[in-house]
Amino acid sequence: MKIPENLKYTKDHEWLRVEGNEAFIGVTEYAQGELGDIVFIEVETVGETLEKEETFGTIEAVKTVSDMFMPVAGEVLEFNEELEATPELINQDPYGKGWIVKIKMTNNNQVAELLDAAAYKMLIGA
Amino acid sequence: MTNTAFTKFHIEMGAKMVPFAGYNMPVQYEGLVAEHHTVRKAVGVFDVSHMGEFWVKGPKAFDFVQKVTSNDVAALFDGKVQYSCFPNGKGGIVDDLLVYRVNEITYLLVVNAANIDKDWAWCVKQAEIMGLEVGKEIYNASDEIAQLAIQGPLALKAMQKLTDTTVTDMEYYTFKKLTFAGVKDVIFSTTGYTGSGGCEIYMANEDAEKIWKAVYEAGAEFGIKPIGLGARDTLRLEMGFCLYGNDINDTTSPIEAGLGWITKFTDAKNFIDKDYLSDQKKNGVKHKLIGFEMIDRGIPRQHYEICDANGNVIGEVTSGTMAPSLDMNIGMGYVNTPSAKADTEIFIKIREKLLKAKVVKLPFYKG
Repeated sequence: MKIPENLKYTKDHEWLRVEGNEAFIGVTEYAQGELGDIVFIEVETVGETLEKEETFGTIEAVKTVSDMFMPVAGEVLEFNEELEATPELINQDPYGKGWIVKIKMTNNNQVAELLDAAAYKMLIGA
Repeated sequence: MTNTAFTKFHIEMGAKMVPFAGYNMPVQYEGLVAEHHTVRKAVGVFDVSHMGEFWVKGPKAFDFVQKVTSNDVAALFDGKVQYSCFPNGKGGIVDDLLVYRVNEITYLLVVNAANIDKDWAWCVKQAEIMGLEVGKEIYNASDEIAQLAIQGPLALKAMQKLTDTTVTDMEYYTFKKLTFAGVKDVIFSTTGYTGSGGCEIYMANEDAEKIWKAVYEAGAEFGIKPIGLGARDTLRLEMGFCLYGNDINDTTSPIEAGLGWITKFTDAKNFIDKDYLSDQKKNGVKHKLIGFEMIDRGIPRQHYEICDANGNVIGEVTSGTMAPSLDMNIGMGYVNTPSAKADTEIFIKIREKLLKAKVVKLPFYKG
């Protein structure tokens, strides 16, 4: 199970990659494995500023649907358009081509509240 | 939680296991969509040992099965299987099932895992009324029988290698008792829940391991793979087959569920709820089970509301999925009868949005 050291994690199995004041958000390898084949990603919050833990989109696998939550507060800048046609990128490359949104953080201090790789590893019992 | 005779093999093969109807079952192996395609294009193996089996035997067997099931048992012949249901005496369905006629005084009833206890209690109650000896003339063999469903276009060809009896030319919904992989008295039935052909094989628990290994060896050259419950659901839904607990239950009648074809009102057949269901058939029902395809992008799920163009609720989704063989999102649900006609435009309420869909005839998947 891959849990990259350079990312931050949430108990909802999302990851955050910080680049200055911006950050990329996706779901973890564990999450994609639990969901199974991902077939549809809906993000209709581009341009909106959301609080930490607010829903920014939904992820649909064949048999289940889950909401996705903001790991930190921020403005949703961009949705990974490649997921429109190829949502399976999340299964194939959850930390790379399967990124879901890019945000501009509005409270950088919240990053420190997230789990690091070791804590996330404990959470999922990996 | 109960293990089936095959549970250890699922775990060895890396399946993701889930509790289902009290059994420890594989939900997927390599991935739901890949498994779905394996069954549509080649051959896949499902452990369906969790299903229940009741034997009904003796001089009262025919009358009993005729009374408790909705389909016409008189239409069966030795070696023939029939889809049917148990009406519940209140206009609903206790369970749907398969009825096997071994001979005129011996029948096998195959019921859903989740309903074994309920079905058995119901059958015992009816058996006592009709004077069948419980434990002898009606017998619950669910814990003694293992079952595999080998499904897909290559299934019969692959399984032919394991028996000297010809099976590749068997008609749909028939069965033979035969020697299979060296095991005597295996029930080989050309039934299934996928719409891709194949067979279901019933064996004693003690023969399960031997047969499992033989099935994989025989199937290797055909690309045989294990299939989980996830793909079982998408395969059945593409065919519009009802799932008990989703699309039919104690409050839905077979007429409402589009199961009029397994509800027979011949003069010679008396059965539970005959008058009530006959009246429904003649005078119509208020709501009906339909199949629908999404036009707008969205995946319908159980319990989502079905609405008209103005947002008025006209029904509820009972099953829904992305359909891997159709590249489309599909569902089933009950709607008010005026909206049940094919091509009617309906709307599924998904996350507070009304997404357009249309009523279609079943099955969704036409092969």
